[in-house]
Order: sequence, then C-alpha cells, then structure tokens
Amino acid sequence: MYTNGYIFRYAAIMVIIAAALLSTAAMLLKPFQERNIAIDKMGGILVSANIQDVDATNAMKLFNEYVSEEIVIDQDGKVVDSYTDGKKEDGKAFKLDMKKELYKKSQGEPYELPLYVIEKDNKKLYVIPFRGVGLWGPIWGNMALNDDLNTVVGVTFAHKGETPGLGAEIVADFFTKQFIGKQIFNDKNEFKSIQVVKGGADKLPPNERIHGVDAITGGTITCNGVNDMIYDILDSYLPYLQKNR
Amino acid sequence: MSAEVKEREPLFSAKNMKLIKNPINLSNPITVQVLGICSALAVTAKLMPAIVLSISVLVVMAVSNVLISLLRNGIPPRIRIIVQLVVIASMVILVDQVLKAFVYDVSKQLSVFVGLIITNCIIMGRLEAFAMSNKPWPAFLDGIGNALGYGIILIIVAFFRELLGSGTVLDMQVIPEGFYEFGYKNNGLMILPPMALITVGVIIWVQRYYTRDLIEKN
Repeated sequence: MYTNGYIFRYAAIMVIIAAALLSTAAMLLKPFQERNIAIDKMGGILVSANIQDVDATNAMKLFNEYVSEEIVIDQDGKVVDSYTDGKKEDGKAFKLDMKKELYKKSQGEPYELPLYVIEKDNKKLYVIPFRGVGLWGPIWGNMALNDDLNTVVGVTFAHKGETPGLGAEIVADFFTKQFIGKQIFNDKNEFKSIQVVKGGADKLPPNERIHGVDAITGGTITCNGVNDMIYDILDSYLPYLQKNR
Repeated sequence: MSAEVKEREPLFSAKNMKLIKNPINLSNPITVQVLGICSALAVTAKLMPAIVLSISVLVVMAVSNVLISLLRNGIPPRIRIIVQLVVIASMVILVDQVLKAFVYDVSKQLSVFVGLIITNCIIMGRLEAFAMSNKPWPAFLDGIGNALGYGIILIIVAFFRELLGSGTVLDMQVIPEGFYEFGYKNNGLMILPPMALITVGVIIWVQRYYTRDLIEKN
C-alpha cells in the first residue's frame, strides 16, 4: 500500500529530477540555439536583399561581407548609433531586441530601431527588420529598400506557428516575390505602405496597385497580420525614411 | 536450482514481434483505435513536417514507454497519470530543444507541433495500457510499433494532401507544369483540415476491405 508520505516524496523527487534534467539540457544547448537564431536572422536580412545562395553555413561570413553599416535610429529618425567595423554580429543594431523596442513604442516610451545597410554592386540597400503577429503567434521578416528608400528590393517573412500550407505560405517565394518593385510612397510623397489585399491587388484602383500585393487563399488572418506589420513597422521608421529621401 | 531458471524468451520471439506488427495494421492507433487524430489533421498538409513529427513521436514514445515500464512497480497508482505526464512532457521538451539546437530549419517548420506531442493521446494511452504492466523490452517494442503505425498513416495522408493540394512532394514539383496549362488546378481543399479527416476515412475503408478481421460481425 502506498502511504501519503510515499506519494509526496515520490512526486517531489520526480519533479526535482525532471527539473534538473531539463534545465541542464537547456543550458547545454543554449549556445547552439542562439547561434542558430543569429544565423537565421542574418540569413533573412541577406535573402531580403536578394543575395543568392545563402545557407546556414555561409550566412555569417556573407553577412560580414555585405553589411557595411548597422544603424540604430530613435523614434524621431535620428541616428543614435552607427557601427561599421569589426564583427557585424556584435553591433548594437544586431543585438537590439525588436520585441522590447516595439513594446516601448506601444507604451509611448522612447524607443530605438535597427537598420542595416547592405552594399551590393556599389549600391546601398537599406534593410528594415519586421515584427508582428499572425494567427497563432509572432511573425517577422525583413524588407530591403533601394537607395531611394521607396522601392522594395525584396522581402522575407518567417513565423512561429502559422498553419502549414495556408498562413505558413507567407515564407514561400510566390508570395514574397510579389513585393519586388513595389513602392511604399506615392508620387505625392505620401506614405502608402504595402497592402496585402484579400482577393488580389487587382481590386485596388490602378494607381494604387504599385502599393499592393495578393493575399494567400485560406491564410487571411496571417496575411492581415503581415499587412498590419508592414504598416506599423514602416510607420515607425517613417521619420528616418522621410528625412533621408 | 537450475530447474527453476526460466527459459529466457528470445528478444524477437513471435509474441514480441506481434507488439510491433499489430499496431501497424490490426490495432493501428489512428485507423482502428482512432487516437491521435488531432495531430494527423494538423501536420499533414506537407510531407516533411509529417515525417519529422513521426520520428519525434517514435523517440518520445519508445523512451517514455521504457521509462514508465522501469518505474512501474514504484509508481503510486493514485498519481500515475501525473507521473506519466511528467515523463512525456520532459521527453518532448528535450526533443524540442535538441531539434532547435541541431536541425533548426526543421524545428522552425514544425514549430508548435512538437510541443503538441504531449497532448497526443496515443502516448498516454500506451503508457497506461501497456507500459504500466509490462517489462521494459516489450514496452519498448510496443512503443516503436504504435509510433510506426501512427507515422505510416501520417505519411500516407501527408503524401496525398501535398500531392493533390500543392502539386508537390517534399516541396518538389511533381505535377508537370503542362497539366496546369490544360486547366489542371491544385485542390485547395486538400490543404484544409476536413480533407485530412476524409483521407483518413478513405484509408480506413481500404484497410477494412483488405483486412476482414476488422469488420464487425453484425
């Protein structure tokens, strides 16, 4: 017969063993995981700037090669930090936690945002990292802008747990390729963002189509998330973009 | 004394092999016991996540079956479900952490579904029904068998859903581009969860057609 004392002791010991085991594993594996996350982030930034053949093995090398400057801007678009030398993964911009900064923004506090300058074929590209919410969890990505700070060179998206085959398709080429050549400002220099339109960008009036892409069938809520994310983040960078255009 | 020594059962005796073979067909966790349907619906839109999830379930199931079987004589019956849950949850977290550290791309694709292995009723079911009352080796085989039975169905469903829904297999285009010019279209419904259920239904139908033992007498 099992006494209450035995049951309590059994449960306590079991829980302690499980906790010790899991925290040890988490600690031992953390450096590998953080490296993977950093490499993934670099890969995203490079791919958005249309740099070819980026994979996990060469992302760090290519990142150091192509990124010429890492800029940190504040809420008024002022450059507070510019990092050009040394290892790019040590720059302040790269270490900035977007999630925390966007939280500060939502609370009305001063915040800072990262911006990456990539030099490719003697042209400067500006990469803006994104972060937002999809249907099931966070979504994030990067948008590379031409040196006119208006025309999109490329985008990448990623997500934590969108529905495979539906919302998760935002990472697919057929979706991201649509953004190439789109513009975030109109002729009158007004901020338009890029809309993800349910039913297709053709639904927009002809002069607006340069600011719109097609949403994914069955992935409406994720696409709405992408739409809002693009608007909110570009809006945060607006002071800088307008000052430097 | 020597007369009392029981003859050891060979490791792969007919009885033990049954533990692996039965769950693949006669007592398949998905098509016969109708367990673990939720993940069968959720991850089968593409083949790759289905394969990785099957392997993860296999690892979790084999190890937790063995662990519970080793502990079976000490587990107080009143908290046995909690003990089983702690073992499964720890295993799942370990698998998730290892995937994140060494196959980051795959873990990104699977995202939440690895965590959801915890809720897979097959694992709890086998711990409760088998591992609690059997020795480690048969429990190990039982875990492998059931995980295989689960994985095979998952992979079959995912194969058809990806083929008909996206025209690809393992993300490689297999439906020739020419078909699309003649008006062939990917069936978007295949990607949605209801078609997973219908695909499982079709598999059950085919399985019963070939396995008469499964048909109820009246």
